[in-house]
Amino acid sequence: MSLLEIKNLHISIGDKAIVKGFNLTIKPGEVHAIMGPNGTGKSTLAKAIAGHPSYTITGGDVILDGKSILAMQPDERARSGLFLAFQYPSEIPGVSIANFLRAAVQARMAEGEELDASGYYKKLYSKMDLLKIDRKFTSRAVNDGFSGGEKKRCEILQMAMLEPHFALMDETDSGLDIDALRIVADGVNTLRSGPLGILLITHYQRLLDYIVPDFVHVMYDGRIVKSGNKSLALELEAKGYDWVKQEFAAANA
Amino acid sequence: MASLTSHSATTVGAFTAEVFAAHLARVQHLPAWWLDRKRTAYARFAALPFPKRTDEGWRFSHLSGLSLDGYQLAAPINHQQVTKQDLGAPGAGTLLLANHQVVYAEPLAAKFAQQGVIFTTLQEALLKHSDLVRPHLLAQPSKLGSEKFVALHEAFLENGAFIYVPRNVTVDLPLGVFHYASGTGTALFPHTLVVAEENAKVTIADFFRSSTGAGAQFACGGNDLYAGHGAQVTYLAMQDWSRETLSFQFNATVARRDTRVLSINLHAGARQARHESFSQLQAPGAHSEMLALTIAHGTQEFDQRTLQIHQAPNTSSNLLYKNALLDQAKTIFSGLIVVDPDAQKTDAYQSNRNLMLSDEAEANSLPGLEIQANDVRCTHGATSARIDAEQEFYLESRGINPTQAQELLVFGFFEEVLGKIENSQLHDSLAEIIREKFKA
Repeated sequence: MSLLEIKNLHISIGDKAIVKGFNLTIKPGEVHAIMGPNGTGKSTLAKAIAGHPSYTITGGDVILDGKSILAMQPDERARSGLFLAFQYPSEIPGVSIANFLRAAVQARMAEGEELDASGYYKKLYSKMDLLKIDRKFTSRAVNDGFSGGEKKRCEILQMAMLEPHFALMDETDSGLDIDALRIVADGVNTLRSGPLGILLITHYQRLLDYIVPDFVHVMYDGRIVKSGNKSLALELEAKGYDWVKQEFAAANA
Repeated sequence: MASLTSHSATTVGAFTAEVFAAHLARVQHLPAWWLDRKRTAYARFAALPFPKRTDEGWRFSHLSGLSLDGYQLAAPINHQQVTKQDLGAPGAGTLLLANHQVVYAEPLAAKFAQQGVIFTTLQEALLKHSDLVRPHLLAQPSKLGSEKFVALHEAFLENGAFIYVPRNVTVDLPLGVFHYASGTGTALFPHTLVVAEENAKVTIADFFRSSTGAGAQFACGGNDLYAGHGAQVTYLAMQDWSRETLSFQFNATVARRDTRVLSINLHAGARQARHESFSQLQAPGAHSEMLALTIAHGTQEFDQRTLQIHQAPNTSSNLLYKNALLDQAKTIFSGLIVVDPDAQKTDAYQSNRNLMLSDEAEANSLPGLEIQANDVRCTHGATSARIDAEQEFYLESRGINPTQAQELLVFGFFEEVLGKIENSQLHDSLAEIIREKFKA
């Protein structure tokens, strides 16, 4: 069975420890929301698991389907079934979404195997129809001059095409107005019906009104300090993060 | 006496008076005026010194790489050695010259021939259309530093392509010319001459390739593009010589009133390649677009020198040279815009952009302006930027390996120029040459 296990993970940027013993196991079909105040290591966690070179993993392990991914390059991790939906997706001028996705799909094929162009476009268009994305979208350069909402829809389209086992969604709601948020959440919910496991990172509860999580975890000072279900998110919304901070301070006193 | 001999040997390299005599013997059937010009050119070549370190036109160039020793005139080749090449789609005609001989030709489509269009070898044009060739063939001065090598080109020019489009005729399909160098040590002197008369319209694709497994070669080529009043000329050159070749390419463009000249040069091949491009905007309304893409890897050196001269009011030019550098590759761009005193309302643009994919690569830029009119708009600029690490990570996070990610980013960087190629087959031909560079 497909499984993503994050075990006692420690991550640093330079000499600064950011994530300090993070533990979580995600099963297929589960949506885990990670909430927490700014600067607590949520985005660091997502980017480091995806293999971003600015982050150093100093301890612990990340195991995907029984295999540690820490020795893998970012592209190998992605091909193993991991997907990072970026908080701030890069703009790639001059590279169309169609060509970009084609390269990503081709990268998943065996060496010497040629991509069937008509099959590729058929799949691309069916995913676009599913996500209600206009077909003209794919001839545009990747994220180049896109609005916040368009960038996030582009991330969801990539996720739909690449069919990862696990998606790390980093602040997917940031920079979106409520209409854009609803569209993006609809997209995620559409993909959610299958075996996809999701780690949903968010600062605000409002995203969880649209993408209802199975589990909610509160992250503070580099680790999970509280776990619960959807009601935990509502409690946070009502009480604010100070409540978590105080509780954490008391526990460590 | 001994010292004189050794001096002349270093000045002419393999191209001695004896070798020149052998070349002349091969082309003695050509018109006397042309043979006279070749003799004069040879004398000029032999007399001119090699470029020196202190020559402004050779700043940053690897001068010892310019040695002319060890080459020989192109030998006749077996036609079976050359595989048929075409544009990958119906064109108006194709000409494949291997070691200066025609080995394959798809004649000009009848509907264009009937309208007076000429598409033939330069030798045949010299024999049959001397009056059309003579005013334009190597008629422009060499101003960018390679006087010696331009003279060498003229002296040894043996064959090439001639394209003539009469007034008001549109050739709506591209013409394809392939210059093919076969054999190690071969010296090739290709030339393409394009004459587009008033309101004529034509697209030419000029390919430069070496035979498979060819070692060091010497390619010293040129093209003359003449655009008469209202003419529209699109010229694409794809330089993909063997990786050990020393290459020179000299371009001279003359743009008359209300012309549109678009030239796109792709530089991929050779060990060391020098490209000199000289555009003259001679009459009001003339517009010249000079675009170039260079994909440099290994220890390749690409040396590009350009001159845009605005000689009449209301003329415009746009130069964009984009270089992608990998490994220990080196590029040099030196460009000058000159605006003559009465060329008011000139609109000239010059830009060199370098994408660095390696910390060991070296890009040199020397942009320049010389403006003598007071009501003009001229801008120039040069930038060098390291490939963006966040963009690389973004692509890799989608499963694309680092080499493919770089390839995609280079294509993205080049798209501004590639996007100007309307013909999709030609677009794909260029893209394929670029793609090959990432497989090496």
